[in-house]
Amino acid sequence: MIIGKSYTRVDAYDKATGRTKYTEDLCDKHALVAKIKHSNVAHAIVKSVDISEAEKIPGVVKVLTCFDAPEYLFPTAGHPWSTEESHQDICDRNVLTKHVRYYGDDVAAVVAEDEVAAKRAIEAIKVEYEVLPFVLDVQEAMKDGAPQIHEKYKNNVLAHTQIHKGNYEEAIKEPGLIKIDKWYNTQTVQHCHIENFICYAWEEGGRIHVTSSTQIPHVTRRCVAQALGVDWGRVRVVKPYIGGGFGNKQDALYEPLCAWLTTQVGGRLVKLDCQREETFANNRVRHAIRYHFISWVKPDGTLVARKVECFSNQGAYASHGHAICAKGLGSFPQLYPCENFEGDGWTVFTNRQVGGAMRGYGMPQATFAIEAHTEDICTELGLDPIAYRRKTVMPVGYVDAFSKNELYSDTFNQCLDAGMKYIDFERKREAYKNQTGDIRRGIGVSLLWYNTAVWPIALETSSCRMVMNQDGSIQLQVGETEIGQGADTAFSQMAAETLGIPFEKVHIVSCQDTDVTPFGTGAYASRQTYAAGMGIRGCAEAFKAHILDVAYRYTRMQSYLMDIVDGNIIRKTDGRVLMTLGELALTVLYDREHNEHLTMEKTAQLKTNAYSFGCCFAEVEVDIPMCQVKLLNIINVHDAGTLINPALAEAQVHGGMSMGIGYGLSEKMLYDAKTGKLLNGNLLDYKLSTMMDHPHLEAQFVENPEPTSAYGTKGLGEPPVNPVASAIRNAILNATGVAFDELPMRPHLLYEKFSQAGFFQD
Amino acid sequence: MSNQYKLVTCTINGKERSAMVDVRASLTDMLRNDYGLTSVKKGCEVGECGACAVIIDGECFNSCIYLAIWADGKNITTLEGLTHPDGTLSDIQQAFVDESAIQCGFCSPGFMIEAESFLQKGKIYTDDELRKLLSGHLCRCTGYENILRAVKKVMHKRAAESV
Amino acid sequence: MYDVEAIYEAKTVEEAIKLRQEHPKAVIIAGGSDVLIKIREGKLAGCELISIYGIDSIRGIRMEDDGTLRIGSLTSFSHITRNELIQKYINVLGEAVDKVGGPQIRAIGTIGGNTCNGVTSADSASTLMAWEAIIELTGPNGVRRVPIEKFYLGAGKVDIQPGEIQTGVLITKDSYENCKGHYIKYGMRNAMEIATTGCSVNVRLSPDKKVVERLRIGYGVAAPVPIRAHKTEAAFNGASVSMETANGIAKTVLEDVNPRDSWRASKSMRLHLCSVMAKRAFIEAVKLSGGEI
Repeated sequence: MIIGKSYTRVDAYDKATGRTKYTEDLCDKHALVAKIKHSNVAHAIVKSVDISEAEKIPGVVKVLTCFDAPEYLFPTAGHPWSTEESHQDICDRNVLTKHVRYYGDDVAAVVAEDEVAAKRAIEAIKVEYEVLPFVLDVQEAMKDGAPQIHEKYKNNVLAHTQIHKGNYEEAIKEPGLIKIDKWYNTQTVQHCHIENFICYAWEEGGRIHVTSSTQIPHVTRRCVAQALGVDWGRVRVVKPYIGGGFGNKQDALYEPLCAWLTTQVGGRLVKLDCQREETFANNRVRHAIRYHFISWVKPDGTLVARKVECFSNQGAYASHGHAICAKGLGSFPQLYPCENFEGDGWTVFTNRQVGGAMRGYGMPQATFAIEAHTEDICTELGLDPIAYRRKTVMPVGYVDAFSKNELYSDTFNQCLDAGMKYIDFERKREAYKNQTGDIRRGIGVSLLWYNTAVWPIALETSSCRMVMNQDGSIQLQVGETEIGQGADTAFSQMAAETLGIPFEKVHIVSCQDTDVTPFGTGAYASRQTYAAGMGIRGCAEAFKAHILDVAYRYTRMQSYLMDIVDGNIIRKTDGRVLMTLGELALTVLYDREHNEHLTMEKTAQLKTNAYSFGCCFAEVEVDIPMCQVKLLNIINVHDAGTLINPALAEAQVHGGMSMGIGYGLSEKMLYDAKTGKLLNGNLLDYKLSTMMDHPHLEAQFVENPEPTSAYGTKGLGEPPVNPVASAIRNAILNATGVAFDELPMRPHLLYEKFSQAGFFQD
Repeated sequence: MSNQYKLVTCTINGKERSAMVDVRASLTDMLRNDYGLTSVKKGCEVGECGACAVIIDGECFNSCIYLAIWADGKNITTLEGLTHPDGTLSDIQQAFVDESAIQCGFCSPGFMIEAESFLQKGKIYTDDELRKLLSGHLCRCTGYENILRAVKKVMHKRAAESV
Repeated sequence: MYDVEAIYEAKTVEEAIKLRQEHPKAVIIAGGSDVLIKIREGKLAGCELISIYGIDSIRGIRMEDDGTLRIGSLTSFSHITRNELIQKYINVLGEAVDKVGGPQIRAIGTIGGNTCNGVTSADSASTLMAWEAIIELTGPNGVRRVPIEKFYLGAGKVDIQPGEIQTGVLITKDSYENCKGHYIKYGMRNAMEIATTGCSVNVRLSPDKKVVERLRIGYGVAAPVPIRAHKTEAAFNGASVSMETANGIAKTVLEDVNPRDSWRASKSMRLHLCSVMAKRAFIEAVKLSGGEI
């Protein structure tokens, strides 16, 4: 078995030597440099742009403004295209804008011979604005009279969806119910991949070529073509190794602008390299979502009725839009089924930077809210938080009517058991009762539920190509991208497993090039192993069948009598090796009678997807006077079905936990209320965890093979982030009795809440 | 400005090298552009992420906030200098590979070069000390867990060898 | 590539003074971890630089004949922490600068740069304040020595005259003898951090460890420049080594500090922390001195 073995990453050696080529490493060092003039107001109409001084700066090649930009509107979300117009992403972007919608919007650009000249020219551009009132808060933006950010959207509401189940109004009339009514707030955070966004573009052969640090080359190609108003085939996008993405690069970022810029300088090579400050201020962020939960429960905790409102702060442009808010909203009645449920989700434009995809896609927010709320119910009713969750969570056999996803195994209990055992939950919970003093400890839990991939909301597809070499090895190509998560290694294991060749005989083509890579929509939605797995298995099985048909010519054995095992054509009946795959490949390629290049290409369209499950336990020590939380212990337990590569799966979980810790305790983008400007857009002021901010991260697994999956596996990329903040929150509640309903639980918030709780009174 | 260049002569990965360098260049610029040393990564250019770290005269520095002209006369080691001439990996690199400490790979060179700067034969650090020694590098993929594991592994191996 | 108009390099103090006179508007760059960042963010873009990084004569730590500890201005934080004299006589300074940024920043950052940029959050500053360091400046007219409290003129402003460079940070024997201190840096994470506020406390106890003979408290980010808590010191010099004293210090420091509201932290929070830190750092300093609370 090759599946389930911890093979070394296929890219590990090159990355360990530093020779792996990322976008900047590939770009010719004589490329022209592009820089963007960002607005220093949050909402305005550009009246005029004076570029006369900028043009005089030596080394400046071209200065372009929003008045030069093409009028084509384009979308940026890394979603599959839809042939139905109503399902297409919203086109609300120009490469440069005359209507500034957030502080930092792109109003002009400079192309220069070097970075210093470009920067000086940007400083020399003078923009005259008609300044408009702006709004940063999501609920403020919905009010009548709030600044209108996009013409078509009344009260700035990009979308509003509802879920109705049963009869909420009737259900709450039942006597004896306890009402628990609370608000939960999540903050804006950024992906912070260590490689900033970068791309470069040039024209060649009458086409526009873009190399970009992207998760979604095929989608980006389409967005670039839309932005420039050219046929899709005239654009080529190449994706090399990328230094992390986490969803930010699941969006067309500045590829459309860079592609346009090259067309404005005669097709010369133009590099657009975001500074870290731009990655913070001008790329995408995780949506801040505010939740209002009203739960009606019986004294034993039975959930009778629930109403949830979600307010998602979209920022200035639609990007991934309502999908993120809707995903969270949709999760609530599934994770804790409730007969009488009413849910409303609003995604609202504000004059803040743009919310896009980020690892978890709305679920870190939703999980914080639902798992904090669940804990609050337990606290209010004096119920055991583990027992309560076991009783009320989605039961085995649950099927979602819309997606047809099913909970097949008793996974929640299995995950909880493993987590409790590791962290010694019951003993500690008892030990931490009735604490006094400045320093207190607590322990908390959160469940995790995640709906992976995008079917049936959107198209799910993955194409795979296998090309055999003369030695029996193959090149493997898929449109699903390696972004650091280890996808290439998992794909190689899958191909080797199904085709029957050694792992080492699979040469994955890591780089995606839309000219040659089979179509795939890229890395997102924790879909890589599940979706590409189907493409790979389908292709490998067809390829194997074809190879055995060809082998008949040389072995005289019927194909059904043969198999490929460990790179050999064997006769199944007695196990005899008839020839090696290398011998077959070489012979058939140079066969003067029946020459053939052995290749196979298949597309798998998916009409299923899968739930991913798990839980997190956290133990904290709270220094009350210092308003500090120290995370002492943490474990995530996941059921992601069969693990393709346990070592890499574990590593994925660590990374997600780390992101969750930052989300829970320290990360927050701060905006100036007076100007809308981002205040802490750099890696010093934005508090990404360092190695000193983490305890040991324990990752464990429960493997219940997913029945609908080609290899029994299902999504694991995003889920690890989701339950962490709520587990920490519940641990702090356990330690101090203070319920935090806002993220992050950074010292500022602790100071405020502990002051309110009277902890600092002498 | 009127172009100002300076001849910078230094030892890079064991070899003496010279180049006329724009005085405005950072050491990152020089190592990447003049010597093609792609392990030196640009993640923030203000000394906050550690992706550009190199060893200068035995100590680890962020090359992004180190002027190239200061490198004159210095002995510089980049990650490329750890790989043996025949392409085999040093113990630190191999440990990063074996312990799955590398994901996207962008921060990895900085961590490995930092570890090289403080892991001496026989010296044992506590976990907390190691975390502090590696705290000048940011990583978003690994949660640092396997990086710590890899560095510890090399530390113990080197300690055992020194006995 | 930094937007710099020109760079002049000095290898000796004399060369630096000459360059300072020839290019009065040029900015001095020591390790650069502050200046280069300001150039990149535009605040100093297009400036001229005088690099003093190559002046080896003002690098290193030694004890002078009268017992004064001399820290050359270009000594990096990492070298201060590792220095045996510092570890023996004023360990808290080594510990304080070991909390600056991360290891690579501590390798390039210098004590001279940390004081000359005049910022209140400098991790060395509260400790240097609390140990009454003397700043040595060398210029065309020779050497000038300024007590650190007078060296800070205002936020971002220090007393460096035209033609001068800072050449040393001195701590006298009277200041460090029989004295132990503790520094608390308050940050939002445990590394790569600028202090939200910081407090450095040192004490000299009576031989029987029952009385606080001398108490000195320095703060960073409790005012526009690093400060001493003089009122508190005056009130508790000679006080008993006790929890009462510790609690008294915690209360009284609120009369000394004057932090402001900013997006980094509220005034109210900083005041609260100033108090908690003073108490904790005092207790720790007493313990280090062999006292019991």
